[in-house]
Amino acid sequence: MSMLKHFLPTLLFFSIPVVAIEVSPNLGKAASDQQLSQWNKDIFPDGQGLPKGKGTASYGKKIYNKHCLSCHGFEGTGSSADELAGASHSLTDNPPDKIIGTYWPYATTIFDFTRRSMPLNAPGILNTNELYAVTAYLLYLNGIIEENAIMNEKTLPAVVMPNRHGFINIYQQQDKNP
Amino acid sequence: MTQPTELQTIAGGGLLDRRVFLKKGITFSVAALASESLLAETDPAQLPWMKTPGEPLSNYGQPSAHERKTIRWTMGNSMADGNGVSWTPLHDLEGTITPNGLHFERHHNGVPQIDPAQHQLLIHGAVKKPLVFTMEALLRYPMSSKLCFIECGGNSNAGWRDVPIQTAAGYVHGMSSCSEWTGIPLKILLNEARVKGRAKWLIAEGADASAMNVSIPLEKAMDDCILAVYQNGERIRPENGYPLRLVAPGWEGVLNVKWLHRLHLSNKPAMSRNETSKYTELLPSGKARQFTFVMDAKSLITHPSYGQQLNKTGYYQISGLAWSGRGKIVKVEVSADGGKTWAVAELQDPVLSKCFTRFRIPWHWNGQTAILKSRATDETGYVQPERDALIAARGKHGYFHYNAIVSWQISNHGEITHVYA
Ligand code: HEC
Repeated sequence: MSMLKHFLPTLLFFSIPVVAIEVSPNLGKAASDQQLSQWNKDIFPDGQGLPKGKGTASYGKKIYNKHCLSCHGFEGTGSSADELAGASHSLTDNPPDKIIGTYWPYATTIFDFTRRSMPLNAPGILNTNELYAVTAYLLYLNGIIEENAIMNEKTLPAVVMPNRHGFINIYQQQDKNP
Repeated sequence: MTQPTELQTIAGGGLLDRRVFLKKGITFSVAALASESLLAETDPAQLPWMKTPGEPLSNYGQPSAHERKTIRWTMGNSMADGNGVSWTPLHDLEGTITPNGLHFERHHNGVPQIDPAQHQLLIHGAVKKPLVFTMEALLRYPMSSKLCFIECGGNSNAGWRDVPIQTAAGYVHGMSSCSEWTGIPLKILLNEARVKGRAKWLIAEGADASAMNVSIPLEKAMDDCILAVYQNGERIRPENGYPLRLVAPGWEGVLNVKWLHRLHLSNKPAMSRNETSKYTELLPSGKARQFTFVMDAKSLITHPSYGQQLNKTGYYQISGLAWSGRGKIVKVEVSADGGKTWAVAELQDPVLSKCFTRFRIPWHWNGQTAILKSRATDETGYVQPERDALIAARGKHGYFHYNAIVSWQISNHGEITHVYA
């Protein structure tokens, strides 16, 4: 019996071509630095991911009128697509007005969303300075920044949105109420 | 017509014991169903389809020409027809699996026509080994299946309106569909990339023209998320995420990112537009619920339901769907008297976690006005709320996560309308 115990593994070792048994298939390739910087579009509220560049509301107005107005209306008042400025109701009115100026907790989200998704008919067409400018224009229209305030990778994350503390993290609370 | 004497009702409005047909010796004598028409006298051999050869073989089968009305309802943006939703016609379907061509859709900027040879998945951020996978590589991984529903967080939102919407059940509640999703457990790929200790979130991005992205807790990703490649046995349809979809069982549809091409591990959420501006629920206090991932228990009667017509009194089978993002459905109760009395419906096997569950109960309609309701309870003890209770807790402006009990009123002419009762 004890002989068999020692014999068996040795036999297996010699009779079967030995392949290191992978715990996982490991069929991914190491991502290159270029791939990482090209693909990574995520921008966080603390400014992580924001590219270098700058813009102001006055230039942003030109960008807006050319690329956004057709769907979002004059000065962001809404049309076929969402209202982006000029809320006439607060969050506790019936009905409430949930827009950038009343509802959005972070200014960085405007830049991120516009860069990834807008204009809807030609996403990706605006360059970094145009994106800062149109973001500045939307913040200005919502009465959050001054008309001549420069938005860049430092100033944009520092903008405090009116509804910054308006959200309750339900996942953390894991509540079970209806 | 009177009620068969052998059958005892078990709740008001004519609800019958769900085991009625299992009881030996009971015959259901419903006179109205017998000798209805001359159909019975037709010799089937004289029907055209028994007298001429049928259609040839086909490469991909289509539904019967007589079922052309079983379609998704679509609603697109006037300036961009790829931006919108479509609903599963739940009122025309039975069982629990949604046919692939009828799975609901929510696209932010159209359906991308992705060449799988050019599609890659990047896993990066708080990982020791940032990795990129081709579809060819992914198809070699161990796969498993999950039968689960996917429900849009905005499903059933017409329920918040002051006046009950008069629309077929599926075109109100059909932003929920159920499939067998087959793919790679996400955990396997995350382990290969060697997630760093500080990672808490995973930001998933799709390769569509809106580069839609959302943040998902790492715990969920390591628990039961899969990278789905197949839907009900065939490769996922373009409108459902071809060639790769993140499936997060039981959680809001928006987290089930279609056309998945990037997973970014991070110590914090991205606070993207679709987890701040949308998919959050404003409360009467002015505060909003955020990261409300789990889809709470819901049920609705699909047969009979709005738009259908009862032409005869007597026997009907009430049938409907229940589901919960927290786990299994353990009980569905049905009322035929507007909620005064309830009876327990039969659940169709198998009852699976986070999956559509079909319930049925026999019913004898006596021709009087009746109000049908269903109420689901899941394995955590969560009970689907009445609309009043939901509104008392959340107000009317949350838009997302409407899961209240649905009421159908049968008039004494057999017409069915949607009511708040
Ligand atoms: C062709 C029409 C169209 C154009 C042009 C367009 N948008 Fe949009 N925009 C939309 C639609 C539709 C949505 C809603 C997208 C969705 O359903 O996910 C949207 C959503 C948004 C939102 C989010 C609104 C919210 O409250 O969540 C912002 C911000 C936005 N657009 C900014 C812009 C900016 C800035 C431009 C110009 C650079 C622009 N859009 C151009 C159609 C358009």
